[in-house]
Amino acid sequence: METVNVPEPEESLPSTSISNDQGLLQWISTVDHKQIGILYLLMSVLFLLLGGVAALLIRVQLSVPNNNFLSPEMYNQLFTMHGTTMVFLVMTPAILGFSVYFVPLMIGANDLAFPRMNAFSLWIGLFGGMLLYFSFLAGGAPDAGWFNYAPLNQRAYSQSSGIDYYCIGLLLVGIGTVGTSINLIVTIIYYRAKGMSLRKLPVFVWMILINSFLIVAAFPPLNAALSMLLLDRQLQTHFFNNTSGGSPIVWQHLFWSFGHPEVYILILPSFGILSEVFQVYSRKPIFGYSFIVGSGIAIALLAFGVWVHHMFAVGLGLTVYSYFAASSMLIGVPTGVKVFNWLGTMWGGSLRFTTSMLFAMAFLVEFTIGGLSGVAFAIVPIDWQLTDSYFVVAHLHYVFVGGSLFGLMAGLFYWYPKMSGKMISEKLGKWFFWLFVIGFNMTFFIQHILGIKGMPRRVYTYPDLPGYTWMNMLSTIGGFLMSLSFLLLFYILHKSYKIGKPAGNDPWDAYTLEWTVSSPPKIRNFTELPPIYSYRAFRDLKENAKNNKHGK
Amino acid sequence: MFKPVMDISIFNPQSESGWRLYHLDIYFIIASSFILLLVIGLLIYIALKFRAKPNDAEPKQIKNNKLIEALMIGIPFIMVSFFFYLTIKTMKETEPITHNETPTVEINGRQWWWQVSYPGTSVVTANEIHLPANKKVLLKLTASDVIHDWWVPSFGPKMDMIPGLVNYLWLKIDKPGIYEGACSEFCGKQHSKMRIRVIAQTQENYQKWLTENAKTANIAIDSSLIKGAAIFQKASCAGCHQIRGTMANGNVGPDLTHLASRQTILSGTVKNTTENLYRFIDNPNKIKPGVNMPRFFLQQDSLKALVTYLHSLK
Ligand code: HEC
Ligand SMILES: [Cu+2]
Repeated sequence: METVNVPEPEESLPSTSISNDQGLLQWISTVDHKQIGILYLLMSVLFLLLGGVAALLIRVQLSVPNNNFLSPEMYNQLFTMHGTTMVFLVMTPAILGFSVYFVPLMIGANDLAFPRMNAFSLWIGLFGGMLLYFSFLAGGAPDAGWFNYAPLNQRAYSQSSGIDYYCIGLLLVGIGTVGTSINLIVTIIYYRAKGMSLRKLPVFVWMILINSFLIVAAFPPLNAALSMLLLDRQLQTHFFNNTSGGSPIVWQHLFWSFGHPEVYILILPSFGILSEVFQVYSRKPIFGYSFIVGSGIAIALLAFGVWVHHMFAVGLGLTVYSYFAASSMLIGVPTGVKVFNWLGTMWGGSLRFTTSMLFAMAFLVEFTIGGLSGVAFAIVPIDWQLTDSYFVVAHLHYVFVGGSLFGLMAGLFYWYPKMSGKMISEKLGKWFFWLFVIGFNMTFFIQHILGIKGMPRRVYTYPDLPGYTWMNMLSTIGGFLMSLSFLLLFYILHKSYKIGKPAGNDPWDAYTLEWTVSSPPKIRNFTELPPIYSYRAFRDLKENAKNNKHGK
Repeated sequence: MFKPVMDISIFNPQSESGWRLYHLDIYFIIASSFILLLVIGLLIYIALKFRAKPNDAEPKQIKNNKLIEALMIGIPFIMVSFFFYLTIKTMKETEPITHNETPTVEINGRQWWWQVSYPGTSVVTANEIHLPANKKVLLKLTASDVIHDWWVPSFGPKMDMIPGLVNYLWLKIDKPGIYEGACSEFCGKQHSKMRIRVIAQTQENYQKWLTENAKTANIAIDSSLIKGAAIFQKASCAGCHQIRGTMANGNVGPDLTHLASRQTILSGTVKNTTENLYRFIDNPNKIKPGVNMPRFFLQQDSLKALVTYLHSLK
């Protein structure tokens, strides 16, 4: 093996001075990217529990018509917190967790470029999340939905301080997210192993690179909107209040010019994970590497030109709508085509149906459903019928859960052995997979029909119209199955950690550099690196070793 | 609560626009089912065919295929272009630009009810929207507090009602009947109980209804009604509600001039019966939590008199 210079930050860092046996203190003070990655994942689990409880309460309230289990006030707080939590405090930290853990390992670096900033970003994000939840104790959580439309978000209509906490909390979370993204960009650009040109970057790293640029560009409009709203509420400015000359529509433009890219921010990393997973379990290179990467870039650019498709019922006029219909349909092409690239990767392969692979394959179906219902919303007249109905609720869960979360699950089962050093029992993993898939589809598929039958979203109760009752009941049962599957997941992860079989360095016969080191990796990731010939550096190494042996 | 008169569904179109959108829906369902089935079919085929066998050699390392990639971009591109064309066409047909036509009706969304007025007449009513069937009418949609949204699934498009802005929607209802919908933009506590009820009538009946409703309220001369009318003024109901022809001219709550001629109250969520009126006025929050009408703690007999009076407003 050729020894290559290992890029790493020069200064010595605090974590190395605190020895491992200091337990909790060590975790709190760590600046090691792997420990921070795990902390991000734990943060995601913590908020998943909170957001999940909110979701269950919502489903209980909706299980029967004219239900009084929750008051409208409580219901509105819960659905707002559910959405905000899942987007900002569950999906985002999960993505950042995998990114900060694996990006350095996949490019042959020993840490992120700015390890201290990495820790800072994590903790400020966590603090923002806690502040958001503190609102429950401070008189009431935000109650105007996760996109928090004006003028409902003004003090006149939402008197509790919940929305003020929403503004401050999300500003802090945003600072953390942007900080980590800058960190990842610099790391990927400056700390790649020698010889790893951009064309030899693993697809996951590519997606994270694109995604980080997307985050850095998308969060400013949100931060601007949040600051303006806070001024409106605290200092009586008039940005969004029409009675004093402001415009509620400006809020929508600002929010969605962040909010739409955000949808892609949550899905691109999963695209990256899937690309790795499909390669390894099919034992084939990705079908159309440059195409997958190129379409990722295309999506990122187009993502900033489609936000008005969230506003097709606002009455902005047909000229505006025509443009945004065109751009929204256009973005469907590179997104949809990726699905066929992954099918192409599997084609002719030697497929191993591990739990991770099953999630990746299920993703193809669930995400196609979510993608197609998404194209429906680009078709303006169909959007006019279905926007703000339960059809949207179904659609967005197919994208966020069926898309992003299925991708993250594939990643979790793929990388868990690396992070913990232990294997997960495939049998239990498959139990979890099926329970989750059935629960998920049972909860959300039927909601398409509810929307078609005229049920608006965000209602705390509904009349006993034909079909509404059994469909909602079915959805609630599905929701409980999903929660059950999550409990099973936590049990599996815990049990595997305690008594799982040791994983070894490379349990999947994988392709990328993180599998060359021990599981879990040492504090110092690499002492030497193989030469980089392609985006499957570890495979090249294994092939060369094999050929050398034969050659002798 | 009661059953709707008609199946509420976007697949039960009952207006010109409703049908246009319905056809577009069908095209889209066909195209998207094709894609979904293709993906599922390929996936199943691949899973069965390429399953790993013990001691498999490493499969052939195909990296790409220019032709397949071109097709993968080309075919979806053609499909979305087709739907883009249909989108523009349907959009133009459904929402032609308005040129200062007088709207037939103005619907104003409020937390959490609808004020309905008919420009050019003195008719003001609430929640139940009477319209002529088989005639193209223009709806003027506005809001007074937060954003609301007009949605009757059988009529096709929804349209936001935004404070400070005016939106229009064309509507030609196929035939007389009662159509239901709901406010579709989250608007606060009682967003759920902001349902829409449209009563489409023949041209003739509609004109008759307009003339009836343009009249001012019956003056309370009967001794059984005088008491109620007096309480209505005294208990400050008049400050929020209008009863045309009396001193009551409030504009915070629904116009009650012809309250008794309406089938439902509270945005189509409760039948308009004396019992329901009684229960609501006795404690508004109990029936519609959060409602913008205070509780008055009236004596039973005052309440009864009030309800008798309101019930006489035919
Ligand atoms: C502060 C203003 C206010 C006052 C005072 C008030 N109301 Fe109301 N009222 C409302 C509002 C707002 C609604 C609409 C409630 C809804 O559907 O959300 C309403 C609704 C009603 C309705 C139902 C109308 C319909 O068609 O749905 C009746 C009947 C009614 N009020 C009667 C009364 C009576 C009688 C009094 C006096 C005892 C009274 N109101 C005092 C604001 C007021
Ligand atoms: Cu409303």
